[in-house]
Amino acid sequence: MSILLDAGSRVIVQGITGREGTFHAEQMREVGTNLVGGTSPGKGGTTHVGVPVFNTVAEAVRATGANASGIFVPPPFAPDAIMEAAANGIELIVCITEGIPIQDMIKVKDFLHGYPRARLLGPNCPGLITPGVAKIGIIPQRVASPGHVGLVSRSGTLTYEVGSALTAAGMGQSTIVGIGGDPVLGLTFKDVVELFEHDPQTTHLVVIGEIGGTDEERAAEVLGKGTRLKTVAFISGRTAPEGKRMGHAGAIISGNRGTAKSKEEAFRAAGVAVAETTDDIVGLLRA
Amino acid sequence: MKLLEYQAKEVLSTLGIAIPPGKVARTSDEAAAACAELGPVAVKAQVPVGGRGKAGGIKLASTPEEARAAAQAIIGMDIKGFKVPLVYCETALDIEREIYLGFTVDRDARANVLILSAKGGMDIEQVAEESPAAISRLYPNPWRGPLDFELNQIAYEAGLGELARPLSAVMKKLHRAISDFDAVTAEINPLVVTKNGDIVAGDAKLETDENSSWRHKELEQKYGSVLEGDPYEVEAKKRGLTYVSLDGEIGIIGNGAGLCMSTLDLVQRAGGRAANFCDIGGGAKAEVVENALAVILMNPRVKGVLINVFGGITRGDEVAKGIVTARDRLQMKLPLVVRLSGTREEEGRAILRQNGIEPGANAWEAAQKIVEVTSPSHGEVPRSGGGEAQRSITR
Repeated sequence: MSILLDAGSRVIVQGITGREGTFHAEQMREVGTNLVGGTSPGKGGTTHVGVPVFNTVAEAVRATGANASGIFVPPPFAPDAIMEAAANGIELIVCITEGIPIQDMIKVKDFLHGYPRARLLGPNCPGLITPGVAKIGIIPQRVASPGHVGLVSRSGTLTYEVGSALTAAGMGQSTIVGIGGDPVLGLTFKDVVELFEHDPQTTHLVVIGEIGGTDEERAAEVLGKGTRLKTVAFISGRTAPEGKRMGHAGAIISGNRGTAKSKEEAFRAAGVAVAETTDDIVGLLRA
Repeated sequence: MKLLEYQAKEVLSTLGIAIPPGKVARTSDEAAAACAELGPVAVKAQVPVGGRGKAGGIKLASTPEEARAAAQAIIGMDIKGFKVPLVYCETALDIEREIYLGFTVDRDARANVLILSAKGGMDIEQVAEESPAAISRLYPNPWRGPLDFELNQIAYEAGLGELARPLSAVMKKLHRAISDFDAVTAEINPLVVTKNGDIVAGDAKLETDENSSWRHKELEQKYGSVLEGDPYEVEAKKRGLTYVSLDGEIGIIGNGAGLCMSTLDLVQRAGGRAANFCDIGGGAKAEVVENALAVILMNPRVKGVLINVFGGITRGDEVAKGIVTARDRLQMKLPLVVRLSGTREEEGRAILRQNGIEPGANAWEAAQKIVEVTSPSHGEVPRSGGGEAQRSITR
């Protein structure tokens, strides 16, 4: 088992004919993802990276029974693409696009209330991979291996780094999920932690958070109520000054909110081990 | 983009919100002229941070000569790291009462929140903490904006029922800052009710979303260049790099915001401090590395550079080639420590070694190494003064 993405996921790529869409659709197929098609308005009826291209998500769903989508379209068009996917019954929507205006995402979040079966991952995220089975997004296959550790992170590169360390240590992963670095997101740490809690294959959990917002604190609260998962948390941005946007749009300390200290304390209070550096994560998971 | 007070007021004014008469002055002569025209004014430093009053950035002037002296003292002054580029000379209001009105993004609710409070003129965070009941909130539907009854309701809830009609009108106009300008914060504090019963913006804060700048080019053109930003951040932006200025001595380059942040943390843990960092993102080509290194090295405080790259999609050998090329082209003399892991790390490390760069085995080791080689006690003669103190910090 795994969370969110498995062998039954029938995946399309929205924006499949673009440069990013093309490259990553190929990579997704290579790792065994059941890629059933893609969309690109005006290019319907053609074939690209070995799968049929449709003009709309509606056409793609009718023809292929797609239930998951990866979005690789530029920021001005990505919000509409997310809503198009949700309105056409796509259940897992993964938006890789970086740079979507906050107000657009607030509208999208409101729109998604009308589609409770649709789950949005991202935007501005690396996507997810269920090792050996499927991936949607840009997480490189080689950092992952099948196993029992659930990994959830706001950062792309740190996800790869920790995934590699786990893989090198022989600790495979059930699913690796990158939730993204924007302030207004789809799935949160709390949502993903709850999914891992209910996944029998997952026995261990790594949470990689960063400064900004209170999503880490909320996940810690859930874990504090009791978990069967052996969990380690890591927070980046301990030394970030207040009020500076640290690369990710969401990584900013406002006043005394969103500090690494508050997040680490929340995890410790929940009985979760907190790693000082990413190099310590494997050891703490084994301890 | 964080707008200055006068810019925010100009924008609010275009939305139909009343603002006091005022004039921008770039020189003390202009300030004197503004006072001659407007009468007694407050001469206010224009900086994108709070606390300017306490810092001496607001002075009252009743004559042109006083305005001239005030402007002379304030223009060029440093307020929390910002050099004051100009002052805003504004006539004083005949205040009956002060209200707080603001919109911001509530991250936890993933929604815009409108906040109204009868306790205006104070720090709203403090009001929220000390008397939460004095604050009323409304989460308007993002597609259609606030409805009349919702605005009416929030006015009554805030204990401002007698002003419900005129306040509703102001709230509606302020909400347009979101739809028209992609504001992520639009705040009027205080919103002044004058003795005549007019409702006027006493102060204004407006921050727009950088992700939406492509659809608000007019704001960037009109206001973008007024404030002298950090020159290195300006240059980095020109080159399309994600760059953040800090105040230490070690330059940092990494791929990914999370990795960059954790690298800063490691450097501090090792006893050093980052001067800046540059995120080269995925697929870092030689050109991007060179650009990043060039910007990092512009800051004369940088005493050494730590590059921390984890190759996911990026290939280690390509990054290594990029680093070597960039170093050679820029004729970099400062210490350089590189940690390179992930895809094709062995090939990448071999390239670095062949070119005289010793790769760190892991990020922590690399962080310790750059701190060691840049500490004043290492090699060269310490800079004048502070050597002993710094040594005790780094060792």
